[in-house]
Amino acid sequence: MDVLVCLKRVPLAGGTLILTPDAKDIETKHLGFGISPHEENAVEAGVQLVEQMGGSLTLLTLGPSDAEEQLRAQLAIGATRAVLLETDGQEWDPQATAAALVDAINAEETKFDLIIFGAESVDSAGYQIHVRVAHALNRPIVTNVKAMKIENGIASCERVVATGREHYEAPLPAIVTVRDGLNIPRYPSVPGRMQARKKPVDMKKAEPSVPKLEKLNLTIAPSKSTGAEILGNGADAVPALVEILKKIGALS
Amino acid sequence: MILVLVDHDRGELDPLSLRALTAARKLGQDVEAVVIGKDGAALASVVGEYGAKVLHVAIHADITDYTPQASGRALKELVEKSNPVAVLAAGSPRGNEQLAHLAAFLDSPMASDCSSITLGAPHVVHRARWAGNLIEEANVHSPLLIASIFPFSVEPESANAGAATVSEFQPTLEASDTVVRILSRDSGESKGGGVTLSDAKVIISGGRGVGGPEGFDKLEELAALMEGTVGCSRVVTASGWRPHAEQVGQTGTKVAPDLYIACGISGAMQHIAGMKNSKTIVVINTDPEAPILNYADYAIIGDLHQVLPALTSAVRAAKE
Repeated sequence: MDVLVCLKRVPLAGGTLILTPDAKDIETKHLGFGISPHEENAVEAGVQLVEQMGGSLTLLTLGPSDAEEQLRAQLAIGATRAVLLETDGQEWDPQATAAALVDAINAEETKFDLIIFGAESVDSAGYQIHVRVAHALNRPIVTNVKAMKIENGIASCERVVATGREHYEAPLPAIVTVRDGLNIPRYPSVPGRMQARKKPVDMKKAEPSVPKLEKLNLTIAPSKSTGAEILGNGADAVPALVEILKKIGALS
Repeated sequence: MILVLVDHDRGELDPLSLRALTAARKLGQDVEAVVIGKDGAALASVVGEYGAKVLHVAIHADITDYTPQASGRALKELVEKSNPVAVLAAGSPRGNEQLAHLAAFLDSPMASDCSSITLGAPHVVHRARWAGNLIEEANVHSPLLIASIFPFSVEPESANAGAATVSEFQPTLEASDTVVRILSRDSGESKGGGVTLSDAKVIISGGRGVGGPEGFDKLEELAALMEGTVGCSRVVTASGWRPHAEQVGQTGTKVAPDLYIACGISGAMQHIAGMKNSKTIVVINTDPEAPILNYADYAIIGDLHQVLPALTSAVRAAKE
């Protein structure tokens, strides 16, 4: 079983976002980087499949050369090798990103049985790159997968919705996008980290195209309140809260 | 003309689609709606009420339930036939997925989670990033705008109009379009009370400050008393204290109850994204600097293990 997992380097923003002076990006001077939560589940799923069935796990990302840090971190979890499509650091629009991923996948000697994406990136959440890649590779795609089994060449998938669970199947080779909750991502072991330093990361230059979805600027969404009204400290503040709950009709 | 994909589950309307219809109407053009699958034809009166003059119904023997790539194919055929300036849908998992298939078929750009749209050349949109914590202004360089509507950016408004005229069509599908579809369903994992996170009017949510699985008893008690349900933050499910189905946030369930009481939750970006549209937000936290206070209406600074039992007693007394 040969598995490919696609990743994106994203800033690890805490509770507050700050923008660069030109308002085109998040100020990341004081931030660390990682991958999106769903992508951690994607890597874990890939590692588990290779543990169970043999084969290889390749990681693929498009981003600045610094994204090697995220690839190495996931190689330490158990991936076999990685490919970094190096940009000049600008974010690409979804169509250009999908096209570059497709070119890179087609250039690989390995015919991946399964390609896994996170259901959405934590930053831009465009909900489309995986579908564009599926169309270009003419593969079936199941999105938002919360449970998955591979049996007899079929990816059997569950999607959780408000009313329960939906069951889908996709014959391999297929593409899935997975959600947090699919599994519990493991932490890298010390030997894993040591090995990751020596694992191959192929660096390839990626040439940008003119974006059709062109980011102009960012603004911080206004937060609903200017801060909470402090009702008091500890249990002494409970009567004040109960009055408010009565006022908003929560106790009727 | 603006075409709105109205989503339904076996004939039952996704209410977020009414927000997409409302957003479409505000762009000052004729609005037409499309549903995929014959069960959708029953929605002609409600989509009409919300301003669509025509309801296109894609009917095909191989579309008997949600089949996202077939939806994309049907939308493509309708777009080529009726030449709308924009195709909109709700920014829901299904709305985004079906639009993405359309965009992939047409090799057109797609803007997800839009809170505003200005039609033109280029089209200009404002779209949510970081689950709505950042707003991106973007140009869309394409004659056709494909966009989903950020769920909380517009309230549904009736146009008080009559039923839409139904126009059925049979899309030409390829075999690959119907490979991925719903094969079967299980009912939810929800517990005895039956109130799901997305339906709950009251959510009592706990984070790291709850301290362990036992601490959730206090949240359960208050939730039961207020006919609500218990939610939690990502750290809680990652620690195995609560089932994943209870996680509120960008990576769990996005909720907008009447009342959200956040207990011992500091407020990571991805949690805020899942609950900030709640009508009233109350925080119980020992840390007066916790980021979640910036999004809350009211806060009690203190230990939830003392505050919650007192609150539960007071609520019980007030209800008697």
